[in-house]
Amino acid sequence: MGKIYNRIESITGNVITVKAEGVRYNELAQINTQFGKSLAQVNKIDGDTVSLQVFAGGQGVSTGDEVRFLGQEMRVSFSEDLLGRIFNGSGEPRDKGPALTENMKPIGGPSVNPTKRILANRMMRTNIPMIDMFNTLVVSQKLPIFSISGEPYNQLLARIALQAEADVIVLGGMGLKYDDFLYFKEELSNGGALSKTVMFIHTASDPTVECMMIPDMSLAVAEQFALQDKDVLVLLTDMTNFADSMKEIAITQEQVPSNRGYPGDLYSQLASRYEKAVDFANSGSVTVLAVTTMPGDDVTHPVPDNTGYITEGQYYLKGGRIEPFGSLSRLKQNVNSKTRKDHRILMDSMIRLYSSYKETIEKKNMGFSMNRWDEKLLKYGELFENKLMDLSVNLSLEDSLDLGWQILAECFEKDETGIKSDLTDEFWPVK
Amino acid sequence: MTENIGKVVSVNGNLVSVRFTGDVSMNEICYVKVDDVKLKSEVIRIKGDIAQIQVYEMTGGIKCGDDVEFTGEMLSAQLGPGLLGQVYDGLQNPLPVLAEQAGWFLERGIYADGLNAEKKWEFTPTAKPGDTLKAGEYIGTVPEGPFTHKIFIPFNLLGTYTVKSINEKGEYTVNETIAVVTDERGKEIQISMAFRWPVKRAVKCYSERLAPQETMETKVRLIDSFFPVAKGGTYCTPGPFGAGKTVLQHTTSKYADVDIVIIAACGERAGEVVETLTEFPELTDPKTGRSLMERTIIICNTSSMPVASREASVYTSVTLAEYYRQMGLHVLLLADSTSRWAQALREMSGRLEEIPGEEAFPAYLESYIAAFYERAGYVRLPDGSTGSVTIGGTVSPAGGNFEEPVTQATLKVVGAFHGLSRERSDARKYPAIDPLISWSKYKTVTDSKKSAYCKNILLNGDEIGSMMKVVGEEGTSLSDYQVYLKAEMLDAVYLQQNSFDLIEANCTRERQCYVTDKLIRVLGSEYVLDNKDDARSFFNRMRQKFINWNYTEFESEAFKNAEKEIDEMYNEGKGAISSEAELLLKESE
Repeated sequence: MGKIYNRIESITGNVITVKAEGVRYNELAQINTQFGKSLAQVNKIDGDTVSLQVFAGGQGVSTGDEVRFLGQEMRVSFSEDLLGRIFNGSGEPRDKGPALTENMKPIGGPSVNPTKRILANRMMRTNIPMIDMFNTLVVSQKLPIFSISGEPYNQLLARIALQAEADVIVLGGMGLKYDDFLYFKEELSNGGALSKTVMFIHTASDPTVECMMIPDMSLAVAEQFALQDKDVLVLLTDMTNFADSMKEIAITQEQVPSNRGYPGDLYSQLASRYEKAVDFANSGSVTVLAVTTMPGDDVTHPVPDNTGYITEGQYYLKGGRIEPFGSLSRLKQNVNSKTRKDHRILMDSMIRLYSSYKETIEKKNMGFSMNRWDEKLLKYGELFENKLMDLSVNLSLEDSLDLGWQILAECFEKDETGIKSDLTDEFWPVK
Repeated sequence: MTENIGKVVSVNGNLVSVRFTGDVSMNEICYVKVDDVKLKSEVIRIKGDIAQIQVYEMTGGIKCGDDVEFTGEMLSAQLGPGLLGQVYDGLQNPLPVLAEQAGWFLERGIYADGLNAEKKWEFTPTAKPGDTLKAGEYIGTVPEGPFTHKIFIPFNLLGTYTVKSINEKGEYTVNETIAVVTDERGKEIQISMAFRWPVKRAVKCYSERLAPQETMETKVRLIDSFFPVAKGGTYCTPGPFGAGKTVLQHTTSKYADVDIVIIAACGERAGEVVETLTEFPELTDPKTGRSLMERTIIICNTSSMPVASREASVYTSVTLAEYYRQMGLHVLLLADSTSRWAQALREMSGRLEEIPGEEAFPAYLESYIAAFYERAGYVRLPDGSTGSVTIGGTVSPAGGNFEEPVTQATLKVVGAFHGLSRERSDARKYPAIDPLISWSKYKTVTDSKKSAYCKNILLNGDEIGSMMKVVGEEGTSLSDYQVYLKAEMLDAVYLQQNSFDLIEANCTRERQCYVTDKLIRVLGSEYVLDNKDDARSFFNRMRQKFINWNYTEFESEAFKNAEKEIDEMYNEGKGAISSEAELLLKESE
């Protein structure tokens, strides 16, 4: 068992230093403060001076507190018992269940050998038409949900958790408001999805360092499930809070900031999490959906910007809807040719007409008179927004496609849609 | 050699400081011993008896007092037959071999030789005992895929050497001695088919470096006809995320008119590498008719792999490129993305607590980028043949803003700039290279005057387009409106190109010249059109005819028919060619 040290040399923010020997980089320690025990992780060694980030934060830590090194890195217990449970960023239970200590697995492990990956080619159904039909989510894809504060992104995640066709859901919450946490808990248990869900939750009032552990914990568990042939969906909210915690620690440790105060390795740090998304050859998979709030609705802010370079597309959540123009699933063409033969063409045509509708709205707002074609577009746009874009719509892909044809038929003649006639002949609903 | 061992004194991320006693050289490779694994590292700064090293692996578990073994060698690549078709990480470890040893994950501390030590190659000697040779001259050949792979006197041997003995034609492995040479003092040196070369040093075993004159066809019309790349030249492709940098490089790697393509996936998505790995073995190289994989080497250090080896990966790739250049081959190196490499430099610089430059990039960023691109070149080799290394790098500027340090430092040293724009990619105009900001210093495949004429149409059209946004269609004259429509049409039928269609994507030099002539005739003519609606519908129909023409095979029956339709359309509009366009077409005849 590790040695005990009784002298803390310095305390700055959440980072303390002690004089110690034989300590390993990234090793965990336990600190006994007057407010209880907390874990801490070694993040710098300089001779015999060891810096540690304290999970529970620096508040109330005394220079005389006891520090005991545990001789191991951060790990997480893995077994089927995790399902239905809720943990914090240190891996301790947040629910009333027992602590799990068996079968400990390291977190933040090495990346997957690219030659062991397979090409993403399976669709993950979510029964949300704006995803399934227009920007299909693909198993092993990593996609952020770009959003601004105030948008119903957590509601969206909860719906995906309930409806997505995944064996296991891992939910990682970073800087969540407490009521959002309660919302997730309630929604998932009411929807009956709690039994296939593992939650790692850090709320806004919890210590910053724990926030940084959430993605690693969630993804380590997801990876283990995936190696047991499970298709795992990891939902993370909100990655901007994660980046901000990294910024906080980096600044505390006097690292040179690069862009708007974020550390220079922001890209690598985000990438090492997102790249955990994988489809293992002959085994399970990890799919990652991560909310990234954009401060000031600015997509060039370092967090969404770096994220955009890493992920395979993005969903834009705007005005309570998944916005069809900015959103893009880069992998959708890998799967949407195999669903139904009208999928691609219907997707393209409906979006094209919707974009004409947007132009018409602009014209209307400027006071121009509306001709018959404009009237048709206006009707179409409204139907499209209410029947397909609304987040509460829960329809399978096939039903959404049928509904799409119906909307078209309600507003237009066959040859006005610009769809090839052999398809309209087959799919156009009979009035 | 005596063992040179140091002790770890501090750890900060992947930067480790080591106290040493013997001699240590800059960029020397050393291994940190943690438990029972050894982690490869490189010396990046020496101060007194402390060497600071960057570890190519995750550093968890390292403690003060751990042993560090110095090797006395610099980071080097193993060069010899068997490199083609391989998939390496940034340190030249073959990934399939690592997968065999370690399974799903890239476990740390596992390394493998770049070349297969067991495979036998059929060696044919070309030198005889008594021949005197220099480094970079060859003593024999082996067939490798579609190429004749030359076996060199290793590049690191200085002076002249006399062949003492050389093996007969036969099958040998890369490590067997195939020849013995003696140096000027009579010392014997054994030569095998493989040798090592430090990746951060440029290979200079050529007679002279020539100016890049010959255009490298990429088969992308917008590049070849407007912003071309020369063999031995350099170019960069900056663009915001989602603008199609990687797709463009992917297309180039398939169709570029070179012998060998090296893809350096540096700090990008693993999924894209998997796509290449799945797709390339199925495709055939139009030049040799063999699998595309046989002319390709992939160096992948994806974004989640350790940062320090990301830095090494671009050097490893360019070293392999230079090696094949020495055989008189034309090599294209595609680096995606150099920004990630620059970020790796920035991370290390931050840990070294260097004074930061702009956006915290190190002050030496520019000279490092310049030195990397300078390794491209068109050279004459000792045997009189020529070879080239062409480097194309993507840049991922933060926020899509080209005013950032990496883009600016790159623009200073490259010969062509293909700037991708968000506007064009949002409008689904691919390739999204913006013709109004891009430039090239190399020769176009089409006549340069014609290229300038077309660019002028685009420029005028753009001006009228922005004016129209203010005054509306009504306020624009019919003749101006026609110029606008012509520019739109040129953009749609020539600049935009479907990279997923086999015929459309592979547009050869002959075809580009032919189509350009036709376009100059059509766009350089005045038509009898009564009003704007007529003009719009005329050019829309003309556009459709050109697009159909693009999808037909060059000089086929369908091609001729489609062309006939264009001519008919031209006559229907009563086209009258302007004197400028006529002169232009005449001059080239």
